[in-house]
Amino acid sequence: MQPEFESTSPELMLAFYRRLYPFKSLFQWLNQGQAPSKLFSNREFAFTLPGDVYLRYHSFDTMDDLKKQIVKLNPSRFEIGAIYSAKPRDKKTVRPTAFVPQQRELVFDIDMTDYDSVRTCCSGKGICKRCWGFISSAVIVLDTALRDQFGFKHLLWVYSGRRGIHCWVSDQEAMTLTDEQRKAIMGWLEVVKGGKEMHKKVNVRMPASRSLHPALEGAVGRVSGVFSELVLEDQECFQHEDGWRTLLELIPDKGVQSTLREQWEEDPGRSSSKKWEDCRRQLKKVEQSGGKQAALLRAALEDVILQYLYPRLDAEVSKHRNHLLKAPFCVHPGTGRICIPVDPQHVKEFNPETVPTLGQLLEELNDPTLVEGEHHSDWQKTSLRPYVEMFDQYINKLMSEARANNKVSRAGPKLEF
Amino acid sequence: MFSTRDRKPLDQRTDSHFGQVDDLAYLKYRHRLNFYDEPPLFDVTLEEFETWAIDRLRILAEIESSAARNRTLEELKSVTTAQCNKYLPLNSNSAIGIDRDSERKKDHVSHFVLRLAFCRSEELRARFVKAETTLFRIRYELDDTQERETFLSTRDFGWKAVDEEEREKYSKELRNASSTTKEVPGERYYKVHWTKVPDLIEKRRVFLKEGYAYVPSREQSSIVFQAFQNHLNAALQMTARALPRLEEDTRVLPILNHLSQGFLSGVPSEYADPNFEANGEEITAEMVDDLSRKHFPMCMRNLHDNLRKDHHLKHYGRLQYGLFLKVLGLSINEALVFWRQSFGASITEDKFNKEYRYNIRHSYGLEGKRANYPAKSCQRILTNDQPGPQDSHGCPYRHFSVDNLQAALLSTYGSQGFTSADMPEILHAVNGGHYHVACTRVFEITHGIPKGQGMGDGESVTHPNRYAARSRELWKEKHAPKDDQMIVD
Ligand SMILES: [Zn+2]
Repeated sequence: MQPEFESTSPELMLAFYRRLYPFKSLFQWLNQGQAPSKLFSNREFAFTLPGDVYLRYHSFDTMDDLKKQIVKLNPSRFEIGAIYSAKPRDKKTVRPTAFVPQQRELVFDIDMTDYDSVRTCCSGKGICKRCWGFISSAVIVLDTALRDQFGFKHLLWVYSGRRGIHCWVSDQEAMTLTDEQRKAIMGWLEVVKGGKEMHKKVNVRMPASRSLHPALEGAVGRVSGVFSELVLEDQECFQHEDGWRTLLELIPDKGVQSTLREQWEEDPGRSSSKKWEDCRRQLKKVEQSGGKQAALLRAALEDVILQYLYPRLDAEVSKHRNHLLKAPFCVHPGTGRICIPVDPQHVKEFNPETVPTLGQLLEELNDPTLVEGEHHSDWQKTSLRPYVEMFDQYINKLMSEARANNKVSRAGPKLEF
Repeated sequence: MFSTRDRKPLDQRTDSHFGQVDDLAYLKYRHRLNFYDEPPLFDVTLEEFETWAIDRLRILAEIESSAARNRTLEELKSVTTAQCNKYLPLNSNSAIGIDRDSERKKDHVSHFVLRLAFCRSEELRARFVKAETTLFRIRYELDDTQERETFLSTRDFGWKAVDEEEREKYSKELRNASSTTKEVPGERYYKVHWTKVPDLIEKRRVFLKEGYAYVPSREQSSIVFQAFQNHLNAALQMTARALPRLEEDTRVLPILNHLSQGFLSGVPSEYADPNFEANGEEITAEMVDDLSRKHFPMCMRNLHDNLRKDHHLKHYGRLQYGLFLKVLGLSINEALVFWRQSFGASITEDKFNKEYRYNIRHSYGLEGKRANYPAKSCQRILTNDQPGPQDSHGCPYRHFSVDNLQAALLSTYGSQGFTSADMPEILHAVNGGHYHVACTRVFEITHGIPKGQGMGDGESVTHPNRYAARSRELWKEKHAPKDDQMIVD
């Protein structure tokens, strides 16, 4: 387990906000353009101050106002909420009906906690490059689903600072989704369900045909390579008794189940890969004998892959426009790591243990005397630089599409009673 | 209805007809189904404004209570259709000889009045949209296929037929995304943006590619219902923003408040329903004991039994029970006899004459401002004049503690077939705040009629007098001489 950094003292945080935090990029990302719009001014910000003080419904007209307030409050972290029909700071003075969430990025939260029952290398708050594999395969599946199936283009993936990852979708269409539509997306995406006491957590088959929905068939194809690398070889999910007994519970055929049980009980150290091969061999046998159970068994093995590697999402975060989510580039108060953007193309290579920390960045600056005065872009002098540049490239694409959308100025819909 | 021009007649408050509808064109409303795009821009009288809205409200309230009563879709359809035929008939174009335009006008106007009443809070909006979408769905499914096609062709739902080539290309995906096992030969598909079919997306029942859902023709109605719902949602938001202007109209506001309150308490608004006023035949003071045992709902049984036990009722109890008895058919003279006997020796003749006679005559509209007070509806009983610790008025399902309610139900209705096995169902409705559902179910059990039938056609209890009247009707049907049975309905 990595050491927990204690280097998030208020003094260091203040220096971070003053000199390193990329406020300009944050503003452009949220605002989707240079000139301040409602996307920024009606946006809720919430601040967590030391001592668990939580301030909601702040809003700012400009980037400078936001920065000033953050430097003044020096929060341990801050979160971003919805764009409301009025400025959130005026919430108390406007009629409740005039204060409703209108827009919001579509957001997702994937957290290692949900994989605690399957990973074998770390537990609790720990994370390493190995178990990050579960997160990265979730990212690969979810990223593909959102782009290929839903047609979204602007997806920002952000490391959450400890053991998870967030995704922010900023397409105009995503911004304007209703809560009901967000709920529908979650229904589409949620595959691994059921609590601790439920063995089989994947029940997605069409009742009679046992066929798999094309979206999920694609997902199985995408992660089956990872399944042998990660689940079988690296994590050895089925080597220990708990693991292989769980696997047996997922085999629907009683005969196959007991054959495998006997075999595995006799050979306790048998590797996960071997055990999985045993399953495949049993499936072949049933298929060759023309057994009716073959389709059922084949489906069950595919479902095992989904159960271990399909994204496990925190649905509540995604369903409501007014849900708050930690801003990118915040400092994780426990680890000191920066919540940096992650390139989904290279998510497999991402190593949470090498993410820059607050202490490291301030050391890199190496001129602590400069704490006074304005220094907007000192991040350029640190290892934060490639991440801010990645963020800016992403924002440029987002802004140019937003400009194009605005040009196709939609004639406002006719007012209806 | 927002313009001053249109509001004027409402301000003048009169029952006579204002303005003239252009009758020249044959069928002003071309279709039976309506997406309610255009607000009614003609004048309606204040009376139409209110009564039409109440009629629609009855149907929506029944739809809402269906969920609480666990009706199946088929039951919901038949109950709603029966209610619609009674209060808001809507015939197809082929129904010659029926004034289809006035039916459709009433449907049109009542929808828009209720929009005004229900746009004012998130909760009301959500419930209204849900009930209206259900109503639309029921009408849609029962609509003449040809007429429905014509209606659909008048709108752009944003669907695009999937051509042969694309269908071929994705044949496997289309088949595997479908919820049926067998391929439906010649099944057509329509491409729509996924946001138009969130229900199909949520259940993963379509093939989805680049934001477009491939909807099989048998699921096409999903697109229509969703479009109806989205459209209404957006319209209600807009109405909510425009409403402050309307609130200056002091005539309309109380009506709107009244309508939305009725919906919130789960029952249609208090309204003198001629159905039970009409058959209130004369009864005498001596008959009340017997009638109460056979036909009274719990609230009135409770008042009657308390009156018998204590020889007294407090003010609101006398009011609730007295007005109920009046509508039941107890004349003023019989009422004076009834109350005098009920109080018995507990008060002197002099005190009765001084303190009670006036009040009883007053409630019959014979004293004071001489208003003919209506009996209190369930809504009134549930929401007004909350009973204090010594009071026995109110609604037992709402105002009794659970243990007292259980004991009261068993002792009151045990002889009419109510057993403790029926209790969980009743308590479940009570816990959910569906007091009228509980009362309706007790009615069904104690009258030996099938679950879901309620007051007839699945109607819920919304008025104690309706309960008593229906109970007496059923009793008469059962005890009628054989010859007469043919005449009954
Ligand atoms: Zn690990």
